[in-house]
This record gives sequence, C-alpha cells and structure tokens, in this order.
Amino acid sequence: MTDTESKALQAKDKTEAVTPAEQTRPGLVFTPAVDIFETEKEITLLADMPGVKGEDLVIDLHENVLTLDGSVKPPEGPNEADVFREFRTGKYYRQFTLSEIIDQGEIKAGLQDGVLRLKLPKVKAATPRRITVQTQ
Amino acid sequence: MLLLRRPNYWPAAGWREPFEELERMKRQMDLMSARLFRAPSDEAAAGVFPMMNVTEDGDNYYVRAELPGMKADELAITATGNSISISGERKLAVEDEKAQYHRREREGGKFNRIVSLPTQIETEKVTARCTDGILTVTLPKAEAAKPKRITVNFS
Repeated sequence: MTDTESKALQAKDKTEAVTPAEQTRPGLVFTPAVDIFETEKEITLLADMPGVKGEDLVIDLHENVLTLDGSVKPPEGPNEADVFREFRTGKYYRQFTLSEIIDQGEIKAGLQDGVLRLKLPKVKAATPRRITVQTQ
Repeated sequence: MLLLRRPNYWPAAGWREPFEELERMKRQMDLMSARLFRAPSDEAAAGVFPMMNVTEDGDNYYVRAELPGMKADELAITATGNSISISGERKLAVEDEKAQYHRREREGGKFNRIVSLPTQIETEKVTARCTDGILTVTLPKAEAAKPKRITVNFS
C-alpha cells in the first residue's frame, strides 16, 4: 500500500546546502530530502542520497547534533562528453538537532538504493510512561 | 543676510513620500538577488521528472537519472529509433501508522519522460542498470551514426 496513488512527480532542482564552514574540497553540496518520524520507542530518519555508497557515508551524533555527510563519486566515465545536463552531483550534507535522548549504542543505519534509513532508539528514560493519578 | 544652506542629502522630499526610498531600495535588492541566485545558464532543464544527464562517447549514449529507492520492477524503459522513454512510479512505503511525522520532504508519484537523442540508436542492445539510486541507461549508437576515421591517401 502506498499513500501516493496517482500523483504525478514534479521535476525539482536539488537544493544546495549552506554549510557552516567552507569545504576544503571544491564541489557542490546538496541538502538531501528527508522524512523523519517518531514512534514511542524510536525516531526513524529516511534520506534520499542517490549515488552515495555505504563506505562514503559518515553519520555522526555528537552532543545531540546529528550530522549526515555523504560524498558522491561522479558516475560519468572518463571519456564521456556532455550532451545535456539537468542535474548536478556533489556531496550531501545535513545536520539536525535532536531533542530526545538517543541510545547511541543502538543506532542502526542501512543504505539501500541511495536511501538511508537511520533508526535512533530513544533511551528508556525518554520513552513516555503513562502516569496514573491516584485518588484517595 | 542669513544664508540657510541645506545639505543635498536632506530628505526634504522624502518626508512627503516616506515609502519612496524604501521602494527604491527594495527594487535594487530584488535586482541584486536575481543576479546572485540565477540558475546556471548552461542547464537546459525540461522541467519533467526525472532530471536527466545525457553524455556520449564514441560508441554509446549514457542517460542518467537520480531515482533513489526505486526497484527495477517499478521502472519501464522503452527505446525506439532515436528516443528513449522512462516511466514508473516511485512508491513510498507507509510506515508505522502510529508514527508522528516531524518532516516529510521525500515525494512519491508517477512519472513518464521521453528523451530524444541526436542520432539513431541500436534499440536491441540498450542496457539499463540501477546502482545506489542512480539509473544508467547505455544506448549504443547505430553503426551509421558512429564517427568514422577517414584515412587520406597520398598518391
């Protein structure tokens, strides 16, 4: 089942990212599109990063700041000349501040077909607990 | 006699039309930002999903598109004469129904695009593969369209 039955996809330019510090390596930096949702136990993040291989992706969580950093090798071969070009390739970079306390040891990340799926489990203390009010 | 000299920048007229100066500044800012953020002119975007890059070498054309998360069976590619059509549907799986969304930026939906290539292609030998969310279609040029080296004979 999908929630996107008949909608037609619109062409969109990739959003270029504004990084806090300048890059040492020249090249374009893009903001990956993400879905973030939360259940009682965990926060899941999905990010579209086409062209990023597992070994080129760095995920870092430091003092509640989550950083995604994926570099892309140009897919073109050395002898290819452009006919026309509509999208550009470059690295992907994005940071999020997490308000919940994450169990760092239990973070799971998977990258498949250019989509990153990151599971950030909340620590036990942060999972909501139903509080019953006692009446006398 | 007392000469009252008023400096040129004295905003005597400005008081009557207090927003005139602001309007002028706004126009200038708009002009500047339009120059700064103008899209690079070498990109000929057709405005149809997916965005494509087409390259060539001596033997083949290569058509590339970024389609993260798409499986091979969700894509239909057909090649005819000198054009290639790519259609499909990007499906975003429904996650846990109880999940509360913080952000929802990824998009799903149907698409259908046709691209014409400068020369005829060998439709029988077209291959396509998807790696890391990038679709690459390799289209061999027809024998007649390939560049030929012509040797000059000196007599």
